[in-house]
Amino acid sequence: MKHLSALALAAALAGPLAADEIWVTNERDDTISVIDIETLEVVRTIQVGERPRGITFSHDYKVVYICASDSDAVQVMDPASGEILHDLPSGEDPEQFVLHPDNRHLYIANEDDAITTVVDTETRRVIAQIDVGIEPEGMAVSPDGTIAITTSETTNMAHWIDTATQKLFANTLVDSRPRHAEFTEDGTELWVSSEIGGTVTVFDVATQTEKAKIAFEIDGMHPDRIQPVGFEFAAGENHAFVALGPSNHLAVVNMKTYEVEDYILVGRRVWHMAFNADKSLLFTTNGISGDVTVVDVAKRRGIKTIEVGRFPWGAAFRPTN
Amino acid sequence: MKRASRLLGAIALGLSAAQPLRAEVAVTLHFLKIDVPAPPTLTSLDVVPEGLGLDGAALAVADNTTTGRFLGQTYRLEQSEVDVDGDVTGAARAALAQTPYLVIDGPAEALLAIADLPEAQGAILFNASAPDAALRSGDCRANLLHTAPSDAMRTDAIAQYLVVRKWTDAVMIVGPHPADKAFAAAMERSLAKFGARLRETKTWGESGADMRRNAAEEVPLFTADFPGHDVVIVADELHDFGRFIPYNTQEPRPVVGSEGLRAEAWAPVVEQWGAAQLQSRFQDHAGRPMEPGDYAAWAAVRAVGEAVTRTGTGDSDSVYAYMTGPEFELAGFKGRPLSFRPWNGQLRQTIPLVHDRALAASAPFEGFLHPVTELDTLGLDRPESACTAFEE
Repeated sequence: MKHLSALALAAALAGPLAADEIWVTNERDDTISVIDIETLEVVRTIQVGERPRGITFSHDYKVVYICASDSDAVQVMDPASGEILHDLPSGEDPEQFVLHPDNRHLYIANEDDAITTVVDTETRRVIAQIDVGIEPEGMAVSPDGTIAITTSETTNMAHWIDTATQKLFANTLVDSRPRHAEFTEDGTELWVSSEIGGTVTVFDVATQTEKAKIAFEIDGMHPDRIQPVGFEFAAGENHAFVALGPSNHLAVVNMKTYEVEDYILVGRRVWHMAFNADKSLLFTTNGISGDVTVVDVAKRRGIKTIEVGRFPWGAAFRPTN
Repeated sequence: MKRASRLLGAIALGLSAAQPLRAEVAVTLHFLKIDVPAPPTLTSLDVVPEGLGLDGAALAVADNTTTGRFLGQTYRLEQSEVDVDGDVTGAARAALAQTPYLVIDGPAEALLAIADLPEAQGAILFNASAPDAALRSGDCRANLLHTAPSDAMRTDAIAQYLVVRKWTDAVMIVGPHPADKAFAAAMERSLAKFGARLRETKTWGESGADMRRNAAEEVPLFTADFPGHDVVIVADELHDFGRFIPYNTQEPRPVVGSEGLRAEAWAPVVEQWGAAQLQSRFQDHAGRPMEPGDYAAWAAVRAVGEAVTRTGTGDSDSVYAYMTGPEFELAGFKGRPLSFRPWNGQLRQTIPLVHDRALAASAPFEGFLHPVTELDTLGLDRPESACTAFEE
């Protein structure tokens, strides 16, 4: 029996038929749960640094970067072996980060220090530290790599960083407690969620001005409980899926009209999410219920709940073929 | 008339608040501490921190300054201290000559004396400590906002908790001080409001017994003749005898109120909703954990900062209009936007129920419904408050 599973594991690691994976950071377990997208089960649990939150793969998927917030480090891991290769200097309390399209520069939000740190992942050196607002969190970089964004939770702004000079060139107010930021694929729009404000602001990137503001409303739910946090754009960028925190729902937003089309029930205090390869499935981390909801994107409903560790937070997709 | 013009201001601002208005704005705030000598207590275990309240205000000024940096706005904190028997109104006048923004740690009578000064008309005063119901009801003033929760908010939080847990038969031990009696009166009202029963109340006598040695003998005797109950409520706001009640009751019952499970605006064990960040910023700043008094002062200064950020002005009429208007929301690390009640100027907030080791629960609880916001199930709701000063 032991031999069999060892064989199966070896095959899974080496063979071309291994299933793609979703990696989930468990904030209060100091682990990563690896979900097999075929079986929708946790197949590996990997020990990492303290209070892991942000997680992202290099663009070639050779390494995975993990914000170990309370270890004050960004850990670099070999995703095949689960071994930590080394730590990157990250500044204090790294919470979230984004990898530049050059696959080399990591922009890290240092939540306790009101700083964004830029790290060269090759030389492993800090190349810039940029003063931003209090409790920086959401991080994004434009598809052409010219602009990086940090949102600050207590200052309530999106800070626009020119990646050529590593200096701020604009600071735009959003509603209370911005959490997450994303550029659209064509680079013309920046979306920012505001957890306490209960809105998502859409900016016109060329002018850094507000283009639309999306509000949410769920029957029988007080607006205070509807708290947008993480979000992702579906295939074709016609729809955005927005996690609404303690309302335990995702919103499906039409990206042309900015109207909310649907609400999908998921687990408790939904945080972040990741799609599978063809974006037909969406995996949401549910902080309080300690699980991941698998959403059928076409049907717009949850199809399975997968138990992971305590306080699952970040999610990232890993192709294996 | 004054109020009417302020209301118009709010409407005009609602149209233009979407974008930051870039203009040089310099805001001064003043933290005024009115010193009240603390009566002696049975132990010296509780030390009131030197900078209680002031440290919270200072941290919020630093928070505001970081945000202001991007908008051309600067903030400065001044402070003064006056004895409650000293020239309180003189100290307030001196502060008001410098700024219309006063954060005050002081008792109700002093707050009212300051609020009624001619110099304070048009100022914004924040009550960062007094829990009195009257200040939110018949004795309210339109220029006095409350960031400290009232006794009623805290006791409503406890009563909701007792009802949720079905611990609805309570007995109460009340201390001899006016603050204890006020808390007990609020508790009684809350129990009736949410349908719990107060089966008996006993007053803790001013006996000379040394509780540090005798608690194990005295408290079981003292609690032995209570009628059947689920829970023991302690009203001991000065933290005198209450600490000796848990584990010494005749019946094995939990203790809530001023001791045991407490309802507080803030506590070091609060860490959800990003609170851990505020806690660590405060710890770095003050070198000690953040207490409720610090939180109330922090919230007052942040409220001004938030209003200045959104309106782009430091003008106190505009700030007042925005802050007390429907657009205002403060991210106070309590999981919901905080705002001021338009009928009595009280900051709406969730109330954590804590013990020394953890947050047990957070009020309001699910199932306590309210037509406007569940937060208004805590404290004096509009029909319960006799305040009219905020009406035009």
